[in-house]
Amino acid sequence: MKIYGVAFLAACFLLGQLAGKYLGIALGVGGNVGGVGLAMLLLVLVNDRFYNKTSIHPETKSGIIFWSTMYIPVVIAMASVLNVKVALTGGWVAVFSGIIATSCCYLLIPMLSRLAKTKGTAE
Amino acid sequence: MSGLEVLDNLLIKNGLIMAFLVVGIMMWLSDLISKKLFRKRIPGVAIAILAALVLAYFGEEKGVANFPVFSGMALLGGAMLRDFTIVATAMGVSLSELKKTGLAGILSLLIGVILTFFVGGLIGYAMGYTDAVSFTTIGAGACTYIVGPITGAAIGASSDIIAISVATGVIKTIFVTIITPIVAKRIGLDNPGTAMVFGGMIGTTSGVAAGLAATDPKLVPYGAMTATFYTGIGVLLCPSVFYLLMKYLLS
Repeated sequence: MKIYGVAFLAACFLLGQLAGKYLGIALGVGGNVGGVGLAMLLLVLVNDRFYNKTSIHPETKSGIIFWSTMYIPVVIAMASVLNVKVALTGGWVAVFSGIIATSCCYLLIPMLSRLAKTKGTAE
Repeated sequence: MSGLEVLDNLLIKNGLIMAFLVVGIMMWLSDLISKKLFRKRIPGVAIAILAALVLAYFGEEKGVANFPVFSGMALLGGAMLRDFTIVATAMGVSLSELKKTGLAGILSLLIGVILTFFVGGLIGYAMGYTDAVSFTTIGAGACTYIVGPITGAAIGASSDIIAISVATGVIKTIFVTIITPIVAKRIGLDNPGTAMVFGGMIGTTSGVAAGLAATDPKLVPYGAMTATFYTGIGVLLCPSVFYLLMKYLLS
């Protein structure tokens, strides 16, 4: 049943968020540190284990796949509720600082990913 | 009650369903424009996201959701469903790929936060915000629009500086959303490894997610996975280590 997949996804999500909250408290930051990432990691690990031994029922899988495809509409809705007005009234400091700082990061991406690749082949 | 009022009430009460309809229509129109006008050279998703940003401009702090009829957009595009669907995309992630790029991902997180903070703060410094509190708050805002206000509040920045730092973060998100599909090829953003580095360097989960969705949806989970740690690290470093460093350097 599809709901098994959705429920499983929900369990990963909540466990990950909980771990993120605890991590936040432990670091003294409050808030949530990497809850989403931890949930994803959990899903990947469990999926990987099952994939090699018993395969997950396709119907169960489709419950997860559905939500992963809903991701694009969610992103579109998200863009439509951003505070665009405040971004444009924050003045030139906001515009320059936001764009220039980010551009510097873009410039470094090829270098860092090359580093990742050489490490990958070395192993 | 007039016929129009009945319709209005119905749409407001069923906000989320209305949002499904609105986004569906936007996506359909954008795909049509992508096919007919641009011969698919600009992906439909990118056009839809751009259109959504334009729509958001007509609203206030909640974007288009400030209009009651579109209030459901805030639910569909809110943190809960955003995070839930992002986690679901992990279904397409390969473990070996993660292991291969894991270390570079962590490294990119640190470099991303440090570089963004100092460059962002320096721009503010050059434009007249020369005290340690302003430098730190604006630099933190350049990280993400969540790191900015949390840092500002923690070190006692004034509300106008916090407003600038939030604006800086939102500008970053919009910039990343628009520019990523355009520069993707030039920075080699076409494989999971680079997507992980990209997520760590850029960090704004919303921007990374939207930018990758418009570039290649298969890369979304890899970028999102590293990006989700960025805000936490920013909140950890900015009001503490970075602020103390700036106080020392600027006094």
